[in-house]
Amino acid sequence: MANIITGVAASPGVAIAKVFRFNHSSYIPQQETITDAEAEAGRFRQAIEKSKGEIEEIRVKTEERLGAQKAEIFEAHLFLLEDPDLVDSVLDKIADEKLNAEYALHEVTTAVVGMLLELDNEMVRERAADVKDVSGRVMSHLIGKPYASLSGISEETIILAEDLTPSDTAQLDLNYIRGFVTEIGSRTSHSAIMARSLEIPAIVGAGPSAAAVADGALVIMDATEGKVIVDPSEEVLAEYQAKKKQYDERRVQLKRLAEQPSVTADGQHLELAANIGSIEDLDKVLENGADGVGLFRTEFLYMGRNSFPTEEEQFQIYKHVLEKLDGKRVVIRTLDIGGDKELPYLELPKESNPFLGLRALRLCLKREDLFRTQLRALLRASVHGKLNIMFPMIAVLSELREAKRILEEERAKLEQEGVQVSGSIEVGMMIEIPAAAIGADIFAKEVDFFSIGTNDLIQYTMAADRMNESVAYLYQPYHPSILRLVNMVIKAAERAGIWAGMCGEMAGDQTAIPLLLGMGLDEFSMSAGSILPARELVGQLSKPEWAALAEEALAMSTQEEVQQFVKQRRPQ
Amino acid sequence: MLSQTYTVIHPSGFHARPSKLFVQAASEFPCSVKLIKGTKKVNGKSSLGLLTLGLAKGDEVTLEVDGEREEEALNALGAMLTKIYEE
Repeated sequence: MANIITGVAASPGVAIAKVFRFNHSSYIPQQETITDAEAEAGRFRQAIEKSKGEIEEIRVKTEERLGAQKAEIFEAHLFLLEDPDLVDSVLDKIADEKLNAEYALHEVTTAVVGMLLELDNEMVRERAADVKDVSGRVMSHLIGKPYASLSGISEETIILAEDLTPSDTAQLDLNYIRGFVTEIGSRTSHSAIMARSLEIPAIVGAGPSAAAVADGALVIMDATEGKVIVDPSEEVLAEYQAKKKQYDERRVQLKRLAEQPSVTADGQHLELAANIGSIEDLDKVLENGADGVGLFRTEFLYMGRNSFPTEEEQFQIYKHVLEKLDGKRVVIRTLDIGGDKELPYLELPKESNPFLGLRALRLCLKREDLFRTQLRALLRASVHGKLNIMFPMIAVLSELREAKRILEEERAKLEQEGVQVSGSIEVGMMIEIPAAAIGADIFAKEVDFFSIGTNDLIQYTMAADRMNESVAYLYQPYHPSILRLVNMVIKAAERAGIWAGMCGEMAGDQTAIPLLLGMGLDEFSMSAGSILPARELVGQLSKPEWAALAEEALAMSTQEEVQQFVKQRRPQ
Repeated sequence: MLSQTYTVIHPSGFHARPSKLFVQAASEFPCSVKLIKGTKKVNGKSSLGLLTLGLAKGDEVTLEVDGEREEEALNALGAMLTKIYEE
């Protein structure tokens, strides 16, 4: 009877193999009183030195195999073996309490690990595994037994363990190891991160039921869904063999795309960029081969805290993003607070219509101090990459001019202070208010780019609150009225010789992309996960052909007609 | 003795690489280096000490230096607490 265990899908993929159970023995030493403290300390130091030698070996191998960054964890391990809180504490116990080295090490490790596990911080709790790993190795040298290792496995297996330490995962032989399942851990566990960089399937946090799986049992692990099937039937096995094949092929296909440029079937280059909300999103952006960042929402910098972020703090963050993108375009949107996003410490009066009230740039122009701090941080960061600054929620020209005037004032001040500012910053605006869309030609003369924010543009055009379920049916991105507005904006940009992008959800939508391409959109900014499928799609589309098809769609009467039309014409 | 309070901005908190660099830098100074968060006070020259502090993004931490070259230590180490590190 097949038995299904679920856990957290930590690294995607499908694997089918026999289980190899792996655990470090939890050796608990006897307490002994020693007479020669000096000799005992020497024994401990020797165990430390031997451990250091082994860890250094693992570090070198990992660096060769996965690069310096992944090997860094072992530098941290070596560092732990020099830590006064660990080493000196053990030596003190040996000298003062005349404890045997094993027991002293056990006591200190238990205390340190206990303290780490107590903390309400997952990242730190994970580090308890490092301490256990290192100290387990030292212990193995003290008692003269080899430290358990996965390096000797020589047949296809799926590892099942309570948890895997960094040194365990570094020694996984990918010729044989198809994936691993752990009883504890989360997506951010070291083993989970390692699995993703090794690109092997991993399921973590599968709980105690995973412990019941017998050594040698045949299992299917579907790490796209976090499912482990033990002793599957022939039928299920066949089903998953097919799924595995399909998954592996698709992965190779998409991976190839990550390194390729975004080009249409007729050879036109586009920019497929990513939307980010914080710097934690950057890894995904790079993994998916984004052509840039099309929208960095800076709100997160201000949210979840009690006071405004300082100029220096913001500068560090903007600089970091620009450096990570390494010369690719980064569009940073100035503070867009208000509407559904509140800041308690800003103490704004309650509004009866916050979406139509004092939000985003409107607020920034009222609270110039806030705005100037952000602009200064942006200007200072500008020398570290290709910065574009974007102002949100502009309805009339005077707002844009005022924002630009303040920006230029801050630039002049910085330059006077002797601070370097890039001379090639592009300044643009979001198009999310119908007034701006209709008057796009007016604005186009005074900006370097447009980025269409479809979520708000749809809500304002349809006069339908996007938070209100009862009018959710009016959220119609493919409605001809919306498409016509979008088209107007793109055409206005084209005529003025500036570029037009889109940073709403629509930009990553497989139905919208062909139409937007046909209208002449230059940049599509979407969640990182949508980039590769989008790149695949545009590679199959011809721009002139879709220019004609988009014209047809614009003449239709309903969203349904448009959707139907695109589905029929789009390559499958 | 000198002390000052800082806010951590490194997104994944102050462990791993940042903590290592901090401890290395702290160990270069002859003065004592302590870090305080809430009621907890740890040795700034120990990465385990730093870990047990569990410094997360947005946390306030007080740096306390005492002894030879304390002013220099406060400036150098304080800057390290409010920085984003490559990871």
